Amino acid sequence: MHQYCVAIVGSGPSGFFAAASLLKAADASEQIEVVVDMLEMLPTPWGLVRSGVAPDHPKIKSVSQQFEKTAADPRFRFFGNITVGEHIEAGELAERYDAVIYAVGAQSDRLLNIPGEQLPGSVAAVDFVGWYNAHPHFEQMSPDLSGARAVVVGNGNVAVDVARMLVTRPDALALTDIADHALESLRPCSVEEVLLIGRRGPLQSAFTTLELRELGELEGVDVVVDPAQLEGISDDDAAAAGKIAKQNMKVLRDYASRAARPGHRRIILRFFTSPIEIKGDGKVESIVLGRNEVVSDDSGRMMAKDTGSREEMPAHLVVRSVGYRGVPTPGLPFDETGGTIPNTAGRVAGSRNQYVVGWIKRGPTGVIGTNKKDSQDTVDTLLNDLAGTRDSELADPSGDHADELAEWLASRRPKLVSAAQWRAIDRFEREAGEPHGRPRVKVTSLSELLRIGTADVSPAQVRRGSSR
Amino acid sequence: MTYVIAESCVDIKDKACVEECPVDCIYEGARMLYIHPDECVDCGACEPVCPVESIYHEDDLPGEFSEYTQINADFFTDLGSPGGAAKIGMTENDPAAVKGLESRAEAT
Repeated sequence: MHQYCVAIVGSGPSGFFAAASLLKAADASEQIEVVVDMLEMLPTPWGLVRSGVAPDHPKIKSVSQQFEKTAADPRFRFFGNITVGEHIEAGELAERYDAVIYAVGAQSDRLLNIPGEQLPGSVAAVDFVGWYNAHPHFEQMSPDLSGARAVVVGNGNVAVDVARMLVTRPDALALTDIADHALESLRPCSVEEVLLIGRRGPLQSAFTTLELRELGELEGVDVVVDPAQLEGISDDDAAAAGKIAKQNMKVLRDYASRAARPGHRRIILRFFTSPIEIKGDGKVESIVLGRNEVVSDDSGRMMAKDTGSREEMPAHLVVRSVGYRGVPTPGLPFDETGGTIPNTAGRVAGSRNQYVVGWIKRGPTGVIGTNKKDSQDTVDTLLNDLAGTRDSELADPSGDHADELAEWLASRRPKLVSAAQWRAIDRFEREAGEPHGRPRVKVTSLSELLRIGTADVSPAQVRRGSSR
Repeated sequence: MTYVIAESCVDIKDKACVEECPVDCIYEGARMLYIHPDECVDCGACEPVCPVESIYHEDDLPGEFSEYTQINADFFTDLGSPGGAAKIGMTENDPAAVKGLESRAEAT
């Protein structure tokens, strides 16, 4: 019988899927026991399920019920409000735990690298999404939404989310868990037009059909596609580009055939378009767009090529949504090109017992479920490695060791947030939402989250087993 | 709203989708897999990993497979909503419309 103490850094989907895989493996084997400590930078768990998934997608957010099942396991502990590289070092974790899994996601964004990108009013989708989802790090962002036109750069599901949030009726948003500060900024409905631009064509866009179709169902909103942009794309071309591209073309053709309705706000989908420059005196006032054609490169990949044609149009908000990007964790290697931690089958390059899952492992692609298989693959590697480790090299398996780990974490981070404290926050938010028909009203500030979490819970309840 | 598995899964059951489903809502019959319409959260992870392109959002089902929304739902008539396929395992009760299909395994 071997007992493994595993730390998971990050509590988003990939972290929780890794935890579930570990506990399931222990259930299936008489040879191993596993205990899992999950360390989270924020006082609140669930990563992008809480702070990334759009507030008007409650069904996808319900995946958190799976995470709650894992968190209810007596072999699992949650420690919030602690950051690796700030309160504790990666090397210390690797010494104290038999294995450490990094599930830290992609917390930054890719830049457009164009002039004017740093002007106020030019923002990253990562920040904007965090702001409307009440992520404490973006509480102070307050983007100016008083202009008539917003430009969203990118053709993925995040870009579509941002476009949709900008023109959804505020009374519909008022029934979601959107951040209150975002709801207030959106209430005047000043944004009349969202221009959603993609550098390549309709067949190369990355959004899913479900998200694309949802735009056409928004009340009081026209989705505008210039039929000329779809010309020359045959059914055979669409079929050759894949099942999802084919489905998307069907929806886009429907949009292209629709007549504009007076008084409606608009989402304009424009393909073959790149941002060239953002202009303005102290803030965003206009954007210069360049027209592309799509050509096949040597490997057959369809690439955007600048035609040299330019157009300038007024805009007050530019949201770049051209990809998330991982950030380095101090003490771990980092691949600057991909924004990932280099690894082999999930094991961090050059490390004996450190692993990666999710976006920091493979880059910011795929949907929530994609991370389940990905986490399972890493856990397979981890368990295989540990099976070859001698017991004398493993952490002390006695019950005292778990308590010592909790005490060590608390000594480094006195404001550590326990599972019970998170549940107090959760209860507070749900109760605040109830009278208004909302799933929850999110608490936005870090200090307020900590105040609510610690109000009725003592630190002693951090200890394993007694936290339920 | 839900994703739906269509006819090309019959006698294939690759199960790549099962590994991706974050809520474990893809259940196994004797001849094909079925998505639980109430347990599916519409995340879409299953759709691109199916090697025989058998998974569609119900609004995107091609006309020839339109009855599969009902067929997926019918699979759960007796099973109800177990809240996870892993603990159920394989079952023998395909809906009648699937039971009666010609064997695809022999055809290939």
